[in-house]
Amino acid sequence: MDLFSKQNREVFSNPLNLDNPIMVQVLGICSALAVTSQLKPAIVMGLAVTIITAFSNVIISLIRNTIPNRIRIIVQLVVVAALVTIVSQILKAVAYDVSVQLSVYVGLIITNCILMGRLEAFAMTNKPWPSFLDGVGNGLAYAMILVIVGAFRELFGRGSLLGFKIIPQSFYDAGYMDNGMMAMPAMALILLGCVIWIHRAYFYKEDKK
Amino acid sequence: MEHLISLFFRSIFVDNMIFAFFLGMCSFLAVSKNVKTSFGLGAAVTFVLVVTTPVNYLLLTKVLGPDCLADGVDLTYLSFILFIAVIAGIVQIVEMAVEKYSPSLYGALGIFLPLIAVNCAIMGASLFMQQRIGLDPSSSQYIGSVWDALIYGLGSGIGWTLAIVAMGAIREKMEYSDVPKPLQGLGITFITVGLMAMAMMCFSGLKI
Repeated sequence: MDLFSKQNREVFSNPLNLDNPIMVQVLGICSALAVTSQLKPAIVMGLAVTIITAFSNVIISLIRNTIPNRIRIIVQLVVVAALVTIVSQILKAVAYDVSVQLSVYVGLIITNCILMGRLEAFAMTNKPWPSFLDGVGNGLAYAMILVIVGAFRELFGRGSLLGFKIIPQSFYDAGYMDNGMMAMPAMALILLGCVIWIHRAYFYKEDKK
Repeated sequence: MEHLISLFFRSIFVDNMIFAFFLGMCSFLAVSKNVKTSFGLGAAVTFVLVVTTPVNYLLLTKVLGPDCLADGVDLTYLSFILFIAVIAGIVQIVEMAVEKYSPSLYGALGIFLPLIAVNCAIMGASLFMQQRIGLDPSSSQYIGSVWDALIYGLGSGIGWTLAIVAMGAIREKMEYSDVPKPLQGLGITFITVGLMAMAMMCFSGLKI
């Protein structure tokens, strides 16, 4: 069994460019917007989703032949909920301030459509190892968008990245001001709209070749 | 009574599920192509919210809370699993009831009925309810009884319905406008929702 065959590599890398879960499949938007007002919670959220997607994919893939078809949604939800509970308890123990910042959005990973989408579309029909790669790929693709939007919003909204001042004091002395609008929820939507615009413009050109 | 009214209007306008917390975006974007289906889904979501929020409140405070089942036992950390099980169960019951008693409505809602189970707005309302139990009782967001939970569920549902119907109407009109090609569909919808959220921000200072 070759672990890194061409097919497996594609499973891993496709979500990162062509088949991005947020921009192309429009999944998992809810939490993508709410946690991105600063970079740090965005990174933590992205990591949590990656871990949970990967492991729930593996678990469902292992037991996929024993799940009765009619109740599979409930089985999937319970597996995901158990994993989310574990991650949320770990977050509370290790990084309490971030877990307070993320508040209910950690719990909302359960209803994140990326998870359910991947479980239904991939893990139910594939072996554990490709499912694991698929989960990691999709999770990282999701984290990538969170980090882009989070970095933009923190840089222009607060003039800092990860809490460190990036924009020098001399700019403020010369009359530069932080854009308070960026910290507002509405701006996340507009920024994500622009990211999708750029992404589509880029990949439409690829199509024409 | 005053508290209930204030909680109700706050959950519709100020703490709007979509414009303030972005909950239920996935189905919001997928279904809001016209006003009619938007309204159907909004009504179904409101109904499920009205049932699940008080049920989860009761389970949380009477079963999972500290010293409820036995002295010294605090099962609050199980709340995620319990909430999602209750929601999935109730959605299943609603689906079966609608299928049996009103086949025409069942046909109209189609796949969106079972999908309500994974709608973030439903789960979000239960999680916010859990958070608000710990608030100061004088705050207008405080939830301290099953009636508060019921009104909060109702208000959130109405707020969600309002948002999706407005979005459906705008998208119907937008069919006729000339949007740059890469921006068509998803991109322009996001920017529209952003502008709507900005407009809803005018309610944020509202004191009732």
